[in-house]
Amino acid sequence: MSQPMGESISIEERFEAFVAEENRVEPKHWMPDAYRKTLVRQISQHAHSEVVGMLPEANWISRAPSLRSKLILLAKVQDEAGHGLYLYSAAETLGTPREKMIDDLLTGKAKYSSIFNYPTLTWADMGAVGWLVDGAAIANQVMLCRTSYGPYSRAMVRICKEESFHQRQGFEIMMNLSKGTKGQKEMAQDALNRWWWPSVMMFGPSDDNSPNSAQSMRWRIKRKSNDELRQEYIDKTVKQAEYLGLTIPDKDLKWNEDTGHYDFGEIDWTEFFDVIAGNGPCNAERIAARQKAHNDGAWVRDAASAYAKKQSRRKKLEEETQDSAA
Amino acid sequence: MKNETSKPWPLWEVFVRSKNGLAHKHAGSLHASDQEMALKNARDVYTRRSEGVSIWVVLSSSVIASSPDDKEPLFAPSDDKAYRHPTFYDIPDDVGHM
Repeated sequence: MSQPMGESISIEERFEAFVAEENRVEPKHWMPDAYRKTLVRQISQHAHSEVVGMLPEANWISRAPSLRSKLILLAKVQDEAGHGLYLYSAAETLGTPREKMIDDLLTGKAKYSSIFNYPTLTWADMGAVGWLVDGAAIANQVMLCRTSYGPYSRAMVRICKEESFHQRQGFEIMMNLSKGTKGQKEMAQDALNRWWWPSVMMFGPSDDNSPNSAQSMRWRIKRKSNDELRQEYIDKTVKQAEYLGLTIPDKDLKWNEDTGHYDFGEIDWTEFFDVIAGNGPCNAERIAARQKAHNDGAWVRDAASAYAKKQSRRKKLEEETQDSAA
Repeated sequence: MKNETSKPWPLWEVFVRSKNGLAHKHAGSLHASDQEMALKNARDVYTRRSEGVSIWVVLSSSVIASSPDDKEPLFAPSDDKAYRHPTFYDIPDDVGHM
């Protein structure tokens, strides 16, 4: 890599030093197999989360309460599709074909963020998803803008620019509902009650139960631990909930003068691992929806391929005719 | 026939000119069955917020890239040619801006 070092240093050590010096790794660089594997898993999971994440929100497109909110929701869902595409492209630079990743999602081999296995029951959920789920995602994604793998980092920069609109539109929905009628405020509180803990779990297991974290930090794939990010998210969100006049459903939540952070209650990790294992309220429904979309779209993909083939054959024929006429 | 047409769509590289007067810059990549679809998808995927006034799409397989191993022979030789830079030359201040 950049600096030639002593001959006693192995290629793995050279790589570690390269990333430790804040250099970015690009697709054609040598990298340890485990680094490549970790990235493919993480980036494709991230891409799947964006794609599956369209489903809970798409649920409300046809029932948005105004034309304005429908347009916003459509734009947001389209962004999520775009984010999935940026990320699949980034993962592909590591040598894994797109079809393989899609196949892993459709067969249930690949994971995606557990949060999308919860249902969106009311319009207030569109507010809570934008405010809390996208808020938690942003905390993670801002960190990933500085990840050591160049294509992943570039995709994250693009995503972060767009994601901020998502959180703000969600917060706006929550503001409107919490300033509205008693029923509307209750609806907002109910959404917060249901989405709070799943959003806190989005950062993944606590540090002492997250075996791959240390390696990912050493490789500069991650730059902050799950617990650090979770704390940042909670500290930021508590104030926003206060502004809305809503109550976060955690009796143990309180400001800690000594640490300068909020203390919070025990996370129900049994629920987290149960949802990851496929037993959440909507796991089966989400995968079935993706499979249906994939299967229903097969004839369109086939038709486009057949058309492209015909066109290129025709073009070749025309060129040959011109050549022989010349 | 089914297998023949179902093969994966090729990968395209997308370049976007953010405004007239600036060069096209690499924005990312995408899959599409042909060049028209590549252009349309590029518009939807990479310019949803007025990011551009012009798009190029190029088949990824057409890009010829240098290897990271060639970094030294390709780029190191210019490291010791400081005389290619204006700051190499001492021109007295009296001469004025040059």
